[in-house]
Amino acid sequence: MSNSTLESGKVHTPASTTVMSMQQALNRALDEVLAENPRTLIFGEDCGRLGGVFRITDGLQAKHGEQRVFDTPLAESGILGMSVGLAMAGFHPIPEVQFDGFAYPAINQIVCQIARMNYRSRGTLPMPITLRVPSFGGIRAPEHHGESLEALFAHVPGLKVVSPSNPHEAYHLLKYAATRPDPVIFMEPKSRYWQKGEVDTASHDADGGSPTGAKVMRAGRHLTLVAWGAMVARCLQVAELAAEDGIEIEVLDLRWLKPIDTAALAASVRKTRRAVVVHEAPLTSGLGAEVAQLITQSCFDTLKAPVERVTGFDVPYPSGDLEDEYIPNIDRILFGIQRVLEYKRG
Amino acid sequence: MDTLPVASGDAAEPLTPAQLRELYSLMVAVRHLDTSAIAWQRQGIIPGYAPELGQEAAQVGSGYAVDTTRDFVFPTYREMGVARTMGVDMVAYMSTHKATWHGGLYDPQESRLAPIQAVVAGSVLHAVGWAHGQTLAGTADGKLGVAMTYFGDGASSQGDVHEALNFAAVMNAPVVFFVQNNGWAISVPTERQVAGGSVAARAAGYGIPALQIDGDDVIAVVEATRRAFAHARSGNGPVLIEAMTYRRGPHSTSDDPGRYRSLDEERDGAGMDPLERLKQRLLADGIADEAFFAEALAAAKAEEEQIRTGIQALGSRPGTEMFDLVFQETTPALQAQAANWREESEHV
Repeated sequence: MSNSTLESGKVHTPASTTVMSMQQALNRALDEVLAENPRTLIFGEDCGRLGGVFRITDGLQAKHGEQRVFDTPLAESGILGMSVGLAMAGFHPIPEVQFDGFAYPAINQIVCQIARMNYRSRGTLPMPITLRVPSFGGIRAPEHHGESLEALFAHVPGLKVVSPSNPHEAYHLLKYAATRPDPVIFMEPKSRYWQKGEVDTASHDADGGSPTGAKVMRAGRHLTLVAWGAMVARCLQVAELAAEDGIEIEVLDLRWLKPIDTAALAASVRKTRRAVVVHEAPLTSGLGAEVAQLITQSCFDTLKAPVERVTGFDVPYPSGDLEDEYIPNIDRILFGIQRVLEYKRG
Repeated sequence: MDTLPVASGDAAEPLTPAQLRELYSLMVAVRHLDTSAIAWQRQGIIPGYAPELGQEAAQVGSGYAVDTTRDFVFPTYREMGVARTMGVDMVAYMSTHKATWHGGLYDPQESRLAPIQAVVAGSVLHAVGWAHGQTLAGTADGKLGVAMTYFGDGASSQGDVHEALNFAAVMNAPVVFFVQNNGWAISVPTERQVAGGSVAARAAGYGIPALQIDGDDVIAVVEATRRAFAHARSGNGPVLIEAMTYRRGPHSTSDDPGRYRSLDEERDGAGMDPLERLKQRLLADGIADEAFFAEALAAAKAEEEQIRTGIQALGSRPGTEMFDLVFQETTPALQAQAANWREESEHV
C-alpha cells in the first residue's frame, strides 16, 4: 500500500489517521452511516443488545435506538425477505447474516428477490441493500461457519460483491457500499476482524484510485498476485519473503469481486507479465477462473506463462484441525509462483 | 373460524347498494377478462396465462378494501382480479403474460401493487418488511399503511410463509395475510397439502387473529378484509384471512386438470358460481335488474376489447433495457456486453 501511495505522490493527512482493528473500523463505519442517513437500518440475529457475535454492531443500538438497530427472529430468509419490503418502503437496510454458511437458507430471497427486483420493476423498486456476511475461514469455526461464497454471489445477475482486506478498506468500502442504490454483498474476512491497521478516515483512496477499483497493495515487476479478503495479507507476506530472493511481486487487492476492475488487472499483469490468483474458495468454477480468463483476454500477447491458481480444494470446508491444509498457505502460494516463474513453452 | 376482534366504525358499515353494484361490475369485468385471456392464449395472442376462474369474489372483495393512497399489495401471479379492482392498468398488467417483461409493465409504486412474481411465498416476507417500514415511519394520524399479501394453500407449505407469520407477529407489523385456498396446488388437493386442517388454524400458533371465510361470497370477503385492515391500521398487528374458494379452471393454460380430477369432482368442489350468487342477492334485494347486468357485461366486453387491442399493439421492449435495468448503477462488464450485443445483433 505504501509503495503505491508514494508513487502517486500523495501524502496521508496524519490528523485523520487512526490505528484500529477491522472490527472497530466496521463498527465506526456503521455508526457513521446510521448518523448520516436516517433511512439506514441494521438488523439480524443478535446484532442489537449483544452487538453481534463478532461485536461489529457493538453499541449501535444503544446509540441509535431500537428502531434503527434491532434483533430479528432466527430466520435468514425472513431477514433478507424483510429487507426487500423495507427497501420498497424507502429504507436502506444493512442486514447481517451471522455466518457465511447461513446465507444458504436465504438464497431464494437473495437470488430470486433482492437481485431481481430492480430489473423486474424496471428500475422503480431499487434494492439498496448492503448484506454483511462474515466470510471465509481461518478461525477454527464449526461447520457452516467458514465458507467462501464469492463465486456463487458474483454469478448472480443483479448483485455486487466486495470484500475488504484491512481496516482502512473495511471502513471505506462499507461506507461506500452502504450508500449505493444497488444490492451489495459485503464479505468481511472474519479471520482479519482483530488485526489492527492504520485507517485514514478522511480519504478512501489516498493513492488516487477509484472506490470501485482494484488496488495495488505492493508494487513489483516480476509477477502479480491477485487476491481479496484475508488472502491479501497472506500474499503480502509471500511478497516480503520472495523479495529476499530478489523476486519483486506485485500484490493486487481486487476488492470488488463484482464488478471486477479489469483495467487495473490488465495494467498490473501487462507490467509483470505473470499472474497467480489466490483464493480460499474451492478451485472448480471459482472466481480464480474468471480472473484468469480476464487476464488471458487482455494480456495474452504479453503473458510469459499461463495464469496459475492457488486455492482451496473441491471438498466441503474442513474442520479446524485441517483448516491450515485447506486455506492457501505461504508454501502453496510460493509453489504457485515457482510454477509460473519456471514455466517453459513446449 | 373467527378470532379477530369485532370491528367498529367505518369497517362495520354495511355495503351500500351502489357499492354492491360496483362489486358486481368489477366481478363481471374480471370474469370476462379472465376467460378472454384463456382465449387469447389459444389464439396465440399471449403465450400463457394463469386463470382465476371461480376466485373473482375472493380477489375483487379483498382488493376492494385496499386504500391505494396508503396501502401496498404483494401478489403472486394469479391476482388479476385484485389488480383490476385496485385500478391497475390492465394492458401493463397483462404484459407479463404476453412475455413482454417479467413483473409486468405497470409502475408498482404508483399502482401500489408489487411486481408479479412466480416464487410462491416469495413476496409474503416482503409484505412484512414493507409493513414494518410503516411502523418505523409512523404516521401523523396514527393510522398505518397496511400491506396485504396474497398466497395460496400450496404456498402455505413454504417456509417463508411461516417465517413471515412469525416475524409479523413478533414485530406487530400491519400485514393482512390473504390466503386464497382454492383447493388445489396445481394437481395436489388441499388435504394432501395443508396439515392441521386449515391455514387459518395455524395463525393461532403465532398469536395472530384469523378469519376463515366463504371466499365465494364477495360481501363476506369485503367485510372480513375491511375488518382486518382496520385492525392492522390501528397498530394491532397482523391478521390472517383464509378465503375458501375453488380453482374452477386449470392451474395455467399449460395444465390439464383431467389428469388429477374428474368433472364430477369439479362440479362438487366448485359449488355455486360467485357471480351468480351476487346476482341472485342483488335481484332478491331489488338492488339491480336485468338491464343493469346486461350493461355491466357490455362494459366488460368493451373493456376486454380495449385491453386486447392494447396487448396486441404491445411490441417487445428494446433489447438495451435488458442491460440497462439490472442495476441503478451499471457495471463496465454489463456495458461491454451491451455494446457487443448491439454490434452483433443490430447490424443490418
